[in-house]
Amino acid sequence: MQEVKWRRLPLNSNYAVAYAVKDCDVDVIAAYPITPQTTVVEKLSEFIANGELDAEMIHVESEHSALSAAIGAAAVGARTFTATAAQGLELMHEMLHIASGLRLPIVMTIATRALSAPISIWCDYSDLMNTRDASWITLIASSAQEVYDSVIQAYRIAEDPRVLLPVMVAYDGFIMSHTYEPVYVAENPEVIREFVPRRKTWLTLDPDKPITLGPIANPDWYYEIKYQQVVAMEEAYKVIKEVDEEFGRRFGRSYGVIEKYRIEDADIVLLTYGGLFGTVREAIDAMRKRGINVGGLRLRLWRPFPAEEIIESVKGKKLVIVLDRAISYGARIAGPVALELMSTMYRMSEKPEVLSVVVGIGQRTVTEEDIAEITALGMKYLEEKRVPNQTIYWGVRA
Amino acid sequence: MQGKQLPKWNEIPPGGAILEPGNSVKRPTGDWRTFRPIIDKEKCVRCLLCWVYCPDAAIKIIDEPYRTASGKEWKFSVEVDYTFCKGCGICVEECPVKAIEFVEEVK
Amino acid sequence: MSQSATSRPVYRSPFDLPREEYLAPGHSLCAGCVAGMIVRHLLKVAGPNTIVVTATGCVEVSTTLYPYTSWRIPWIHVAFENAASVASGIEAAIKVLQRKGVIDPNKRINVIALAGDGGTYDIGFQALSGLLERGHKVLYVLYDNEAYMNTGIQRSGGTPLFAWTTTTPVGKVWKGKWQQKKPIAEIVAAHRIPYVATANPAYFIDMVNKFRKGLEVDGPAFIHVIQPCPTGWRFDPRYSIKVAKLATETAMWINWEIENGEFRVTVPVPKRKHVKHYLRMQGRFRHLTDKEIEEIQRFIDREVEYINKRLGKEVIGPLVE
Repeated sequence: MQEVKWRRLPLNSNYAVAYAVKDCDVDVIAAYPITPQTTVVEKLSEFIANGELDAEMIHVESEHSALSAAIGAAAVGARTFTATAAQGLELMHEMLHIASGLRLPIVMTIATRALSAPISIWCDYSDLMNTRDASWITLIASSAQEVYDSVIQAYRIAEDPRVLLPVMVAYDGFIMSHTYEPVYVAENPEVIREFVPRRKTWLTLDPDKPITLGPIANPDWYYEIKYQQVVAMEEAYKVIKEVDEEFGRRFGRSYGVIEKYRIEDADIVLLTYGGLFGTVREAIDAMRKRGINVGGLRLRLWRPFPAEEIIESVKGKKLVIVLDRAISYGARIAGPVALELMSTMYRMSEKPEVLSVVVGIGQRTVTEEDIAEITALGMKYLEEKRVPNQTIYWGVRA
Repeated sequence: MQGKQLPKWNEIPPGGAILEPGNSVKRPTGDWRTFRPIIDKEKCVRCLLCWVYCPDAAIKIIDEPYRTASGKEWKFSVEVDYTFCKGCGICVEECPVKAIEFVEEVK
Repeated sequence: MSQSATSRPVYRSPFDLPREEYLAPGHSLCAGCVAGMIVRHLLKVAGPNTIVVTATGCVEVSTTLYPYTSWRIPWIHVAFENAASVASGIEAAIKVLQRKGVIDPNKRINVIALAGDGGTYDIGFQALSGLLERGHKVLYVLYDNEAYMNTGIQRSGGTPLFAWTTTTPVGKVWKGKWQQKKPIAEIVAAHRIPYVATANPAYFIDMVNKFRKGLEVDGPAFIHVIQPCPTGWRFDPRYSIKVAKLATETAMWINWEIENGEFRVTVPVPKRKHVKHYLRMQGRFRHLTDKEIEEIQRFIDREVEYINKRLGKEVIGPLVE
């Protein structure tokens, strides 16, 4: 096996995506421009224009068609890619369910962005959270390097015959999509291609073996076909870990399904996802210096939800503060991950308190000081034994 | 329960794909018919219009020689495939020599 | 003689048509539904090296009721509004996979998108325009039964003036649809694609040769086929082809094509019948007054005049009957 040679490049997460897609030798890219995803597709266009990637670029007239075209391409066996954000992801929504329902291993990246109205181009996770039940495997990265690595892993996961589900890799719009970080990319992409070999693992439209894809299923059949997706998600959970471990052995970087930061001896755990975890880590270091026993937990895998790892990590803790950057309007616990965590913890005999906090909506700045103040508030609630059973909307002018 | 005879979730191809091309032939539609077209091979001029216009591919071309009572020799004939004929009557209407009768189905 | 260099033979009689059936019987299209006949011949012309994308609609639900399929060639349904986008993806994927040697580069695979009027005029219009503009080599066939028949005869952009539908009912205030049918084939032609045609299954030789040309051209082709619907148009199914024929005989439906920019009427009608012959056969027009019929007639007269003017000769003749 050839040894990988890394090249250290200054890349933002959007460019990291483009490099990963190129290194995976993707066949068909169908995408529509939307801020802050746009430079992913611009970079890929450059790669194709310069002959660095042999792919068909379909300049579709909408995101709906982007995913539709990806579905068509994947259905004849092509490795496909698309990328979007916010309104684009909403416009695709119908196709999300069909891509997974047809069991096509499409990979898509999301530079997360707040939803209209009012229109906002800035980051939050309300777009991603709306896709929760679309049966897509969903990874949320927190650095440009992780974005690059996750896109590569995504193809391995999606195309695994035990899985055959589409995969989304999400990361903060602007905060990550437009921030340059040093990223190691393969100088010899053949090595990456070895890691994600071309395998015919899914049913395709082939004149030599005609099949019918996407028929109409009545009540006698629909349920069983959808149950297959339930099982595929369960299988995916194992495969995601396997692939990440193998990636680690091969390339020296792995991420797990959750990332822990100084939680072993912590009483209080800050749980979040995406680029915000960087701020959280800094805040933890500062608070630790002040003697506060706080640690951090980052959700890297959102679907399938890493329930066991989460339960294991919060066991024995006093308080979990969940920092969500999305709102489930009308829910008492309106942070989607807080809600998920609480339902996951329901059967635990001794469970920590949970404080649901909404932050960073429409990219309202979240500073280390905010994190420290939120932690202090959580500790106060804990001490007074009155952790509220409803979400705190941090920083809203009231 | 009908459900008991149907395949389990893991016996169905992923995503509900159908792997057997054209297996709808296992689901005859002949019982839809209330009227039955009957081709008179004597009158039939073998123009194939019934075969062309049939929406259900329910007109069969039979490659067997046929000699009419008046001595006309045909290399083939057409027959209605009653397994699938839904009895729409297009063939009856489009036959240029009125060689197809349309009779009510009786049990 | 065909005017384009083509590899498929020109069809001159039913005996030239392949015997093979790629749409198996056992489908549940209504008795007398002409869509079945149209698709049969489309597939005969296309042959087995063909992938079909079908938009949601009558043909889709009637031919693929799980676990049965009537398709003997690879077939996919994704949604209502995106047959054109899915077909674009398939075409692009075949191109790149042939380039990379994953699919045999010498194999010619036809890509066909098949959609009804709802999936073309209305919800699928944007995707269609995108496909045409990008120039994918896809044959798009519109089977036009002039309403949302699959959901139960609701008005579409393809429903003709004054037609009764379940959402343009005839009452004290409403008298059927109050707008004209959208000139979809002309809108498609405005994209300047290599081949656009209208076809009528009653004139099947004309229709199959158009399918042939649509599959031969290098780029998008669009064929708009009228598809009489006994259920929605309210007539006895045995008259499906009669109704189709009358559509052309009255010039309510003109069979034309634009091949590489050249416009021609492929089925000239030297003597034209009054539209009442077509309208009176169908229950959806039963409520029409003589005045309304004359309004439709005047509209058709203008259309005929426009066509004849465009060609500089009289291909559609005067009203005689």
